[in-house]
Amino acid sequence: MENKLTRNLYMVPYALWIALFVIAPIILVLYYSFFDIEGNFSLINYQNFFTPVYLKMTLSSFWYAFLITLFSLLVAYPTAYLLTKTKHKQLWLLLIIVPSWINLLLKAYAFLGIFGTYGVTNNFLEAIGIGTQQILFTDFSFIFVSVYIFIPFMILPIFNALNELNPTLIDAANDLGASRWTTFRRVIFPLTLDGVKAGCQVVFIPALSLFMLTRLIAGNRVITLGTAIEQHFLVTQDWGMGSTIAVFLIIIMFLFMTITGTRKRGI
Amino acid sequence: MYNFEGFTLDWYRELFQDTRLLIIVLNTLVIALLSALISTIIGVLGALSIYQVKKRRAKNTILSLNNVLIVSPDVIIGASFLILFTMAGIKLGFYSVLLSHIAFSIPIVVLMVLPKLMEMSPTLIDAARDLGASRWNVLTKVILPFITPGIFAGFFMALTYSLDDFAVTFFVTGNGFSTLSVEIYSLARRGISLNINALSTLLFLFTILLVVIYYFITQRNKAQVGGIRK
Repeated sequence: MENKLTRNLYMVPYALWIALFVIAPIILVLYYSFFDIEGNFSLINYQNFFTPVYLKMTLSSFWYAFLITLFSLLVAYPTAYLLTKTKHKQLWLLLIIVPSWINLLLKAYAFLGIFGTYGVTNNFLEAIGIGTQQILFTDFSFIFVSVYIFIPFMILPIFNALNELNPTLIDAANDLGASRWTTFRRVIFPLTLDGVKAGCQVVFIPALSLFMLTRLIAGNRVITLGTAIEQHFLVTQDWGMGSTIAVFLIIIMFLFMTITGTRKRGI
Repeated sequence: MYNFEGFTLDWYRELFQDTRLLIIVLNTLVIALLSALISTIIGVLGALSIYQVKKRRAKNTILSLNNVLIVSPDVIIGASFLILFTMAGIKLGFYSVLLSHIAFSIPIVVLMVLPKLMEMSPTLIDAARDLGASRWNVLTKVILPFITPGIFAGFFMALTYSLDDFAVTFFVTGNGFSTLSVEIYSLARRGISLNINALSTLLFLFTILLVVIYYFITQRNKAQVGGIRK
């Protein structure tokens, strides 16, 4: 009996980790969402969430996340497609992935320099005669930088899907007289849809919860769900409301994963 | 920054004279190494536990629980850990940051080690048992050598995750303690300063170095390039 106990002793740390850092935090967030700012039990946070202020914020958060996902997809799909046609594809893929290994803060910081009033972009605009523009702290800069950051995560699953595509299928389509566009629309795209879905998953959810970029690049103009959570937890100290938004973010996440549901996690 | 006059190493000199910043760099490295080490150990134990579970349903449940921290957004992880540490009475600072880095690195290690365990033929273990090896011997002489590549990959992933993390650290860091990402964030909110650029260059080179090491490890094991980060 004791032998069996000591045998399974090695499972303890991992089981503890699951209990303490996976299950407990979720329960705690749920628990805190039922308390108002004074610490009384109430449903006021849920009522507040359905007021126009928060609903509008949720909608705009969705809109930005949608735009970011869309533009990433528009850039990533052709890139992944061209990558599969190159000779040293693994090397090119590695080069595209390298930026995703570099600290997010550094990338955001670099764009502060590039888009700043006296930055490279404005120097260029000045030189070609358009004149200095306010680029930083606009919707454009926010979406541009976010798309830049998320593109590698979109490219990878699409690349994998395209790479696994059986080339004889394309030959067959050509033989049967399909034009290049028809081949793409009827053969290539449907067969790589799983990759596209996986890519959308890894971009859309993080895009909903961005908070660092909204502050640094968008200058607080854009409020995403992530920004709201951060604001409630660290600035206004209203943990209840922050937890409520977190609960909704988790629900949205699960809904989105079921809709795109290929049970293939995006990593 | 905007009026280019010539090349200089002044900013690097200033960087190395800024003891506060150097301490923060040191903190970041200590946190990264410690958390990677501990999470690798717990992650390997976890992968071994999951490998032992034979029931399909139980296995899938554990795997989904394992992946919760990978798929959930950083903001939620940070906020829930903040609540957890406050409730548990752990003072925000070095230990809270270390604990949370360990916590979010474990699932990655598990995901790196588990495939290696799965591709190991069970007959290897049977053979070792037949030849009279004890459980401990089977573990150290058969299983661990086989999954070493996965363990190394997991360790490096955990290292880069920890070095990279901003959002979770930002929530649980408290006052007094700071890591590089958080420091860069607060400096960047005040505007551009050139010793940050010098620091960025060094960090960039360090990351590239890690990537190259990781690449060679995976290449040597003839695994495909699978190291995409969240």
